[in-house]
Amino acid sequence: MAASSQDQSYRADALIGADIEAYLEAHQHKSLLRFITCGSVDDGKSTLIGRLLYDSRMIFEDQLAALEADSRRVGTQEGELDFALLVDGLAAEREQGITIDVAYRFFATEKRKFIVADTPGHEQYTRNMVTGASTADLAVILIDARKGVLTQTRRHSYLVHLLGIRDVVLAVNKMDLVGYDRAVFDRIVADYRAFAETIGMGAIAAIPISGFRGDTITTLSANMPWYGGPTLMAHLEDVPLQSDVARDAPFRLPVQWVNRPNLDFRGFSGLIAGGAVAPGDAVRVLPSGKTSTVKRIVAFGGDLERAVAGQSVTLTLADEIDCSRGCVIAVADNPPEVSDQFEATLVWMADEALIPGRAYWLKLGTQTVSATVQQPKYQINVNTLEHLAARTLELNAIGVAELATDRPIVFAPYAQDRALGGFILIDKLTNATVAAGMLHFSLRRAQNVHWQPTDIGREAHAALKNQTPMVLWFTGLSGAGKSTIANIVEKKLHRMNRHTFLLDGDNVRHGLNKDLGFTEADRIENIRRVGEVAKLMADAGLIVITAFISPFRAERQMVREMLPEGEFVEIHVDTPLAEAEARDVKGLYRKARAGQLKNFTGIDSPYEPPENPDIRIDTTRMTPDEAADLIIARIIA
Amino acid sequence: MVSGSSGIALRPDRLTHLQRLEAESIHILREVVAEADRPVMLYSVGKDSAVMLHLAKKAFYPAPPPFPLLHVDTSWKFRAMYDLREKAAREAGMELLVYRNPEALARGINPFDHGGLHTDMWKTEGLKQALGLHGFDAAFGGARRDEEKSRAKERVFSFRSASQRWDPKAQRPELWNLYNAKKARGESMRVFPISNWTELDIWQYIYLEGIEIVPLYFAARRPTVVRDGMILMVDDDRFPLAAGEAVVERSIRFRTLGCYPLTGAVESEATTLPQVIQEMLLTTTSERQGRAIDHDQTASMEKKKQEGYF
Repeated sequence: MAASSQDQSYRADALIGADIEAYLEAHQHKSLLRFITCGSVDDGKSTLIGRLLYDSRMIFEDQLAALEADSRRVGTQEGELDFALLVDGLAAEREQGITIDVAYRFFATEKRKFIVADTPGHEQYTRNMVTGASTADLAVILIDARKGVLTQTRRHSYLVHLLGIRDVVLAVNKMDLVGYDRAVFDRIVADYRAFAETIGMGAIAAIPISGFRGDTITTLSANMPWYGGPTLMAHLEDVPLQSDVARDAPFRLPVQWVNRPNLDFRGFSGLIAGGAVAPGDAVRVLPSGKTSTVKRIVAFGGDLERAVAGQSVTLTLADEIDCSRGCVIAVADNPPEVSDQFEATLVWMADEALIPGRAYWLKLGTQTVSATVQQPKYQINVNTLEHLAARTLELNAIGVAELATDRPIVFAPYAQDRALGGFILIDKLTNATVAAGMLHFSLRRAQNVHWQPTDIGREAHAALKNQTPMVLWFTGLSGAGKSTIANIVEKKLHRMNRHTFLLDGDNVRHGLNKDLGFTEADRIENIRRVGEVAKLMADAGLIVITAFISPFRAERQMVREMLPEGEFVEIHVDTPLAEAEARDVKGLYRKARAGQLKNFTGIDSPYEPPENPDIRIDTTRMTPDEAADLIIARIIA
Repeated sequence: MVSGSSGIALRPDRLTHLQRLEAESIHILREVVAEADRPVMLYSVGKDSAVMLHLAKKAFYPAPPPFPLLHVDTSWKFRAMYDLREKAAREAGMELLVYRNPEALARGINPFDHGGLHTDMWKTEGLKQALGLHGFDAAFGGARRDEEKSRAKERVFSFRSASQRWDPKAQRPELWNLYNAKKARGESMRVFPISNWTELDIWQYIYLEGIEIVPLYFAARRPTVVRDGMILMVDDDRFPLAAGEAVVERSIRFRTLGCYPLTGAVESEATTLPQVIQEMLLTTTSERQGRAIDHDQTASMEKKKQEGYF
């Protein structure tokens, strides 16, 4: 690269030397633009970002010296400055020559501070791009002028659009390698606009650049006199901020934390997701729907008269009403919706695929609830945008599915409100973030089916039977002895005048669950239904005895959470696999070993033993009758 | 901002970059307090810590920040840092915990004789011991993504295994402003509320909010020795002079603060914040150049992070 352009770009703002206080005054009113760059491995993305950092004087002499040394040693630009090396971070990736995660870069000009989410173009693209795009106001989509609109370009554009980014810059890069030819640029832009219309993208700013040579980055290029638009930097500096638009939305404050230093003060803290607020405003607290008015906006250094979207504030209300973390304080006459069943787009981010029916934690705003996802309606091929049938979602897959939460949550469609429409799913066992989701709308059945209160409650049912209802949940391998022991327990309880009911795994599959097979998803649905039935029977005052393999901890936990504390008694009938297989009462192990039975627990499907069962029965040390006596002794006080 | 009196001018119809950074940091601080069992703020007495502490005061006002400050001490910090440490904690109404690795103390580990072992034992090991001792499950740190290339990918919520190791592959994606703070027993997280701030942002904020910082950031005539190309300050009589070395008074200031024998000064006449910022904007070397720790090897910060140092 030319020495002259280096000198020019490194000349510091004259005001810094002349009048630093004036410079600081000017610079404290900068705005902040967050954007994402999307491109494939060879589109010159890292080079462009390195160039933006360099041209905005974010590279210091020592870093430049290191860059020069690195460029000679491992650079791909034949000894010239390889800007890509400025933004390569982790040692592992420097060796591989690819970026493997989302990196955040910072630079500033006279008008704005910028945060760039830099995401790689290789196969982990979906997870990383979605992560980077979730906080971006704008996307720069890079195209190699020699290659034009590629499959990757369409994929990146779709993801950007999916995440709700409205401002898109199409940066046609490497113009130096096509002779700065206007016809090439025009053709690519026309191709791209045609595609963009098909997915409903709005306005697009197209800019011809060379990240390597510096054309149209900070100064207009003499090589392209035919281009009449702004430079890339000028466009980034002047584009209106989407985040400012949130100010015009109705007021919403997801409550993060209740500030209660003493009995006289109760403040509700959070980041304003939309709109503006002032003392005296009428507000409604959701999901309860109670109304009040804003008393104060309390702040360090003095109360505020007004606060807007994007600010972290603490409000006090005029009335003592229930409001805690997870509630949303909203403008009284235009509150967000509350529901517990939704349709949503999911982006799967974990190596372990979605298991329909399994309970995950769902975090939306400051609300964390338990949620289950149905089998996807369809999966989206991000390259062709076709809808494909899908039973699950694997890593990097995107699909549309219905989901249900265990209690109503306050939400807004993602297209209207990122803060109340975007959520993550968390695996309950590993605590990993497994998916990102965007809510579309609530399902009507959730709104129209209300809980019908009844006059005779569960306590009344139980009192009449003079017993404490409970669910004795037997779990263990096939052939462990669950049904045998459960049967004896029921007989003994019956003799003791206890009202019982035994739900047997095999028997339930003849009726209620005859539509279910033995895949992981079907096994989970099997347990969910049995759990719901057991819960109804416990509500009726019965001692319910169930005998199901129920191999997964997460589903046993799900049933435990359906019932009042202490009413779920997990009994692990602990028989070693070798022993159960040796007994093979039903001949199933033999069939499974012969490959005639698929997904057989212990053979080709896992069994997750309880870590802390309420009761553990070692069948190698006691007879079924002794086991039944032990169980009864433990549950009948 | 959110403060009316001294601080950032409130222009409610368009938030400035500092207002947005401040709001994001406060959101992160509150999120941890809402979800963690036993949070703590690592306080190094430097300018980044000063900003982080100030943000905590704002986040929980009118209550004091509901967690203690923890200083992992090496016994080799500048004396001026120890003075400000006590005062800052007192003024914030927070408990100050000071931890010194007893083994490093017993073995007399020091930066003159022990090189990299000094940082390893006092800071890396000391931090792990202190977090384990008090059972803290979330520790706020003042690291910023712009400090070093390997930090550009650091999450805001950084997960550590039960043995406090950082595994780059086990880090969770962070979408929108949703942070997953779930963890198993024994696991912990380091949380970096000022991840998205740059060095200039920090200085501008200190200026606008009138935050007190250690006087060493401002130029004054101080006793110095030049060694291995670095200007070191002779802060007490534990500094051994090599043959031919003489203590010379120079007008110096520091861009970062750590253990005084490991922290290089710059010659400067900047005695006010605007002058410091002016020098910073006109300078041509990066902030970390003054730290001996980074010069050891390429990707040294990344290696130290995996071992448990920030």
